[in-house]
Amino acid sequence: MVLYSLTFYLFSSVAVLSALMVISAKNPVHSVLFLILSFVNASGLFVLLGAEFLAMILVVVYVGAVAVLFLFVVMMLDINFVKLREGFLQYLPFGALLGIVLVIELGILFLTDRSSNIYNNQTPLQPIVYEVENTKMIGQILYTEYFYLFQICGIILLVAMIGSITLTLRDKGGVKRQNIDSQNTVDASTAIEKKKVKIGEGI
Amino acid sequence: MITLEHYLFLGAIIFTLGVLGIFLNKKNLIIILMSIELILLSVNINFIAFSAYINDISGQIFAMLTLTVAAAEAAIGLAILVVFFRNLGSIEVNKINQLKG
Repeated sequence: MVLYSLTFYLFSSVAVLSALMVISAKNPVHSVLFLILSFVNASGLFVLLGAEFLAMILVVVYVGAVAVLFLFVVMMLDINFVKLREGFLQYLPFGALLGIVLVIELGILFLTDRSSNIYNNQTPLQPIVYEVENTKMIGQILYTEYFYLFQICGIILLVAMIGSITLTLRDKGGVKRQNIDSQNTVDASTAIEKKKVKIGEGI
Repeated sequence: MITLEHYLFLGAIIFTLGVLGIFLNKKNLIIILMSIELILLSVNINFIAFSAYINDISGQIFAMLTLTVAAAEAAIGLAILVVFFRNLGSIEVNKINQLKG
């Protein structure tokens, strides 16, 4: 139990500190790298909670795809980041006040009466150790009870893919593309041209 | 002893940091997108903590849905960012009204 607590505090403190660095780093490349660190620590917390499948998904999807996509965009665009940081300190006092108020309001749950909460039992709950492994349980429920949600997820991803391709696609002049229709409809009358060549001269 | 409240408070802190990131980096669109990712991560932490402590696997399914939506949102947001930068040569948010549809 002590080891569990220590691991929780390690992962959560690193996650919070790296989240802090995400919003305060000067260089956006560092921001993205701290975002990756934050996600990795969150996936460690998910393992602690017994959600191994989602922990792995978080590493694969977020660290492997989304964060690298961010990194690509940050490095691809030539942006003057110093200019973009103007006004950071200007809003800092008010922002810090807002943040403290928000944390206190969300942290009021520590003061709530335990007997009145939704589980209505006195002993603190612990993460459950299942007999069936986590991935199998998710699979059993995902393809039966939540099948339509799963399909809608696929549609959302398809729409996102088509949308981002359409947004970034542009026609450049001077690019020669293959036109299969016109290639297939070529016959001798359009492809061959007859010329009369005079003797002793070229075309 | 780690209780559910510990996880919820962690989620609250990360959520607040995400909101603060949007608030403080008003001009930098990339940081704003990353802050939205942080907010969605805190939502995921809450979902999975409740799922583990209430002993109901449905929370993890919904965390997966959140993950999907977050990935789609990041892809489209970055595409808009690239188009925006191509048109204006800058990613300042206060110029974004020049896109005009």
